[in-house]
Amino acid sequence: MITAERKPMEDLIKFVSPYRRILLVGCNECVTVCSAGGRKEVALLSSALQMHFMKEGKPFEIKEMTLERQCDPEYVEELVPYIDQVDAVLSMSCGCGVQEIARRFKEKPVLPAVNTKFMGASERQGVWAERCVGCGDCGLARTAGICPIARCSKQLLNGPCGGSTRGKCEVDPDIDCAWQLIWDRLKALGMTDKYEENLPAKDWRPARGAGPRKIVREDLAS
Amino acid sequence: MKTESTLEKILASGQLAVTSECGPPRGALPSKVQEKAEMLRGCVDAVNVTDNQTAMVRMSSLAACILIKQMGLNPLLQMVTRDRNRLAMQSDIIGAYSHGINTMLCLSGDHPHFGDHPGAAAVHDIDSIQAVEMVKKMRDEGLFQGGQKIDGPPKMFIGAAANPFADPFELRVARLAKKVKAGVDFIQTQCIYNVDKFEKWMEGVRERGLHEKVYILAGITPMKSAGMAKYMKNKVPGMDVPDDVVKRISGVPKENQAEEGIKMCLETIDRLKNVKGVAGFHIMAIEWEHKVPEIVERAGFLPRPSF
Amino acid sequence: MDNFEPVIVAFCCHYCAYTAADMAGSKRLHYPANVKIIRVPCTGKVSAIHMMEALRKGADGVYVAGCLEGDCHFRSGNTRATKRVAYVKKLLDEIGIGGDRVEMFTMSAGMGEVFARTASDFTEKIRRLGPNPARVAMDNPGCAAG
Repeated sequence: MITAERKPMEDLIKFVSPYRRILLVGCNECVTVCSAGGRKEVALLSSALQMHFMKEGKPFEIKEMTLERQCDPEYVEELVPYIDQVDAVLSMSCGCGVQEIARRFKEKPVLPAVNTKFMGASERQGVWAERCVGCGDCGLARTAGICPIARCSKQLLNGPCGGSTRGKCEVDPDIDCAWQLIWDRLKALGMTDKYEENLPAKDWRPARGAGPRKIVREDLAS
Repeated sequence: MKTESTLEKILASGQLAVTSECGPPRGALPSKVQEKAEMLRGCVDAVNVTDNQTAMVRMSSLAACILIKQMGLNPLLQMVTRDRNRLAMQSDIIGAYSHGINTMLCLSGDHPHFGDHPGAAAVHDIDSIQAVEMVKKMRDEGLFQGGQKIDGPPKMFIGAAANPFADPFELRVARLAKKVKAGVDFIQTQCIYNVDKFEKWMEGVRERGLHEKVYILAGITPMKSAGMAKYMKNKVPGMDVPDDVVKRISGVPKENQAEEGIKMCLETIDRLKNVKGVAGFHIMAIEWEHKVPEIVERAGFLPRPSF
Repeated sequence: MDNFEPVIVAFCCHYCAYTAADMAGSKRLHYPANVKIIRVPCTGKVSAIHMMEALRKGADGVYVAGCLEGDCHFRSGNTRATKRVAYVKKLLDEIGIGGDRVEMFTMSAGMGEVFARTASDFTEKIRRLGPNPARVAMDNPGCAAG
């Protein structure tokens, strides 16, 4: 999923201060799963902002909405009946949803309530970790199913570097050394000979090397 | 002979090579480079010039190499993949060669996290092994990494680093094999304090015949004090300092610790001279460059051969 | 402000604090009438939003009272509640309401005295802190801060 984290309240208060009526929009997809911007978080942020402005004695109205998906125009369309009743939109979705609202409602300010972080997986309750950078040319078949680009601090395609210590990364002992993980798995798979195949320099064009990316499925495109 | 590199000539002649390093200054004063390099005149075969070591901004390795070259010494250009993409690396390599710099070392580099610009993006367009492949392709095929022809290819003697002490240990020989496969000519190792473990690694190297394909220069760093020994043991990633090394230097009075450190490093050199596959020594006297001539002399490496 | 009577909301676990409140009652132990008890099946059921909304709707202080450490009827509801209270404290600090207005307590079903003392102490603490600043501004729109 795409993971995110709520911005500090100080920033959010600054963002919405110029406005009296706010539409706070959550998203039912990734940010719900990582507890950053789903229905629950929308309610909590709404409560916190209201309480803050009550304390300040500032008139402040907030309308809460949580869309099925903020990155799909069909769902964003659901905001139409409410958009004229507010001065700005505060979005709790990832950056994709924020931009979809900006695209649809050209004259309405839209503000991000979360910092979009990374594509990751849940390691355990309340913990998410980066797994994929979306490089556009998946090499997991060559690295035993563990991505060194996303998970090695130096994105070494031929690691590990000299800083790998007891399975941990030199940058932070909380980070597993990706190449230790790859090696352990190669061993478990009986494929250690694969380690000595040097992986060539990566072509970054499918990543972001050729500008913003787009997928067009002719069979589906309208 | 693949190149004009003095280091290559000495290694090919079968004599033990000696290299040392010079960390460029954090400023634009050429005298700082010249003073450090001057101390090494006549006692080493090449002077490694570090590339923003520990991810701190310093005078560029290339600029400092040129200053050293102008002094008539043999600089060894270190290049990390952290700060430059493949375009910048290749342009620096041909630029270096245009100044007669013909020996280099390909490294991934310390992570910016450790340096004075922790907010900097780490480039890592390619890794150190791919850098070796790239420099070899430039030299042997006369082609840029992208495949276009080079008008006047740089003939670099190509080095890389190896850390026999990092984990997983069982991978350390295999990683060297990858570098050999990539086309590396020589290796300078991490500082050796755990000599037993280094010898074990060399055993693995010989088992696979890698010592016949690459020259291995053993990394040596004299300890200045007990404090430094403890720091190296506890704070430097990938460093293996056994307890008895710390104990020994801590066991002598403070004023004699520096001499004890030198003695210890000379003993290591002496022991490693006889290890099959060790082709020379890389003496990294960190901020202690003036001790290098003494170490080289006491180790019996003087005078240096000339070609 | 002299006659300020704080409104306190206490989320009490059915298996411990709520029973302790009963115990306090049957022992005729006095505790302030300011404390409005909400019975919950486990403090693990109390979300951040419950504490926040209690405050937004006029409470001056909120506390969550669950089982002693290791004694949760549902294994770890009380430890979850403790973490949520910590989260809400931080959030309240960030929005200028003050994290001191929420607290987590633990007790067993038999601790009637502890229940009564906790209720009294917390009420006194909130009395000292004064009314919930969000409520003050609402009640007196003319003299709003800022």
